[in-house]
Amino acid sequence: MDPLHQFQISSWFQIILGGYDVSFTKSAFFMVVAVAAIYSLLVVGMANRSMVPGRLQSAAEMFYEFVANLVRDNAGHDAKPYFPFVFAIFMFVLFGNMIGMIPYTFTFTSHIIVTFTLAAVVFVFVTVLALIKHGLHFFTFFMPHGAPVALAPILIPIEVISYVMRPVSLSIRLFANMMAGHTMLKVFAGFTVMMISGLGALGFVTGLVPLAINVALTGFEFLVAFLQAYVFSILTCLYIRDALELH
Amino acid sequence: MPNLLAKGRLARWSGVAGASLVTLTTMAGTVLAAAAEHAPDAAHGGEHASGGLPQLNPANFPTQIFWLALTFGVLYYLLSKKALPRVAEVLEARQERISRDLAKAAQLKDEAEAVLAQVEASLAGARAEALTLIGQASADIEANNQARQAALSADIAERLRTAEASIAAAKEQALANVRTASADIARDIAGRLAGVDVDQAQADAAVAAVIEERRG
Repeated sequence: MDPLHQFQISSWFQIILGGYDVSFTKSAFFMVVAVAAIYSLLVVGMANRSMVPGRLQSAAEMFYEFVANLVRDNAGHDAKPYFPFVFAIFMFVLFGNMIGMIPYTFTFTSHIIVTFTLAAVVFVFVTVLALIKHGLHFFTFFMPHGAPVALAPILIPIEVISYVMRPVSLSIRLFANMMAGHTMLKVFAGFTVMMISGLGALGFVTGLVPLAINVALTGFEFLVAFLQAYVFSILTCLYIRDALELH
Repeated sequence: MPNLLAKGRLARWSGVAGASLVTLTTMAGTVLAAAAEHAPDAAHGGEHASGGLPQLNPANFPTQIFWLALTFGVLYYLLSKKALPRVAEVLEARQERISRDLAKAAQLKDEAEAVLAQVEASLAGARAEALTLIGQASADIEANNQARQAALSADIAERLRTAEASIAAAKEQALANVRTASADIARDIAGRLAGVDVDQAQADAAVAAVIEERRG
């Protein structure tokens, strides 16, 4: 009945690599499933290369154009080379969230270490990108344009902190949303079970209330699953834009 | 959709992404392994961590980071090298086909309009020609009519004149006959009543005088 039990990770077979335990776990399995699903959607969907797309090809093209528009609108036209990166981020997070909505699966995006690593990849990516594009000029990013020089001792630390906190906020937003949603589903499901075992026949009637709430929450969770993937990739686009333009 | 996957730049940036991933995995792995050592009681991920979130159990960190780096790296490689160029290719082909068809349609429309203009021009020419012909024909008819009318009127006037002349001649003849008859009658009457033999000339003069008098 522990609503947090679903976040436990069980090792399926142990692998030790360079002294670290990198066992193949439930979490790893669903990451592999997500990658396989994304890749097969695109490859199987585009197999016919039809001029007039069928269902699966429409879906593949829809994802492509959705992310392409996202990148163009939020990261600018110069961001085209980074489209595959944003696409990979979006699809990985979206499929991670959506696969988690299937009963008996595992949501790897509900683990802070996963979301943090992803956010850190984004962070390192945009920072390396900005350094390559602008060299040392990149550090002017921390001093807002037109601000009085006297304020520099205050502004620069604030800007640096807000820059460094990006991966933290990015990862906690996704992790917290996914974890909270799944915990709530479990808690309400637990209420129904508790009512039935505690109240007997009456429990079957009163248990319908949390069940109804759970149905609504499930719908809501699908929205959150999409929305958080969208937010994650839109912020990635904005960071890429910052790296390219240095405002 | 423009090609989002220019080959050279793509290779360069997949390098950057790969480098970021590797750096990060190493960094995070080191930090987290150190953290894991400080939490020996939670070292077995599969076991139930009494209290606290399973997500905060550092024993799970290295495996998750490792598999995330591996799966995401493979995903990025597959997408950027294989899947996305394929989608881009299809979308571009479709875009190209659509613009080609649109250009063709525009060209056909232009041609159709040219043909229409031609047809209208020849129609207008034909109409103008027909109008000229009609004008000419009606002018001809008019001229013909006038000529025949004039001939007819001349003929009628001529006949009228002839008829009048013959009427006048007949009238004159009749008048002369009346005069002669009157003179004869007057001479006869005078001879019978008065016994006077009036000669011809006298009787004629008297009749003429009376006629003149009556006319006057």
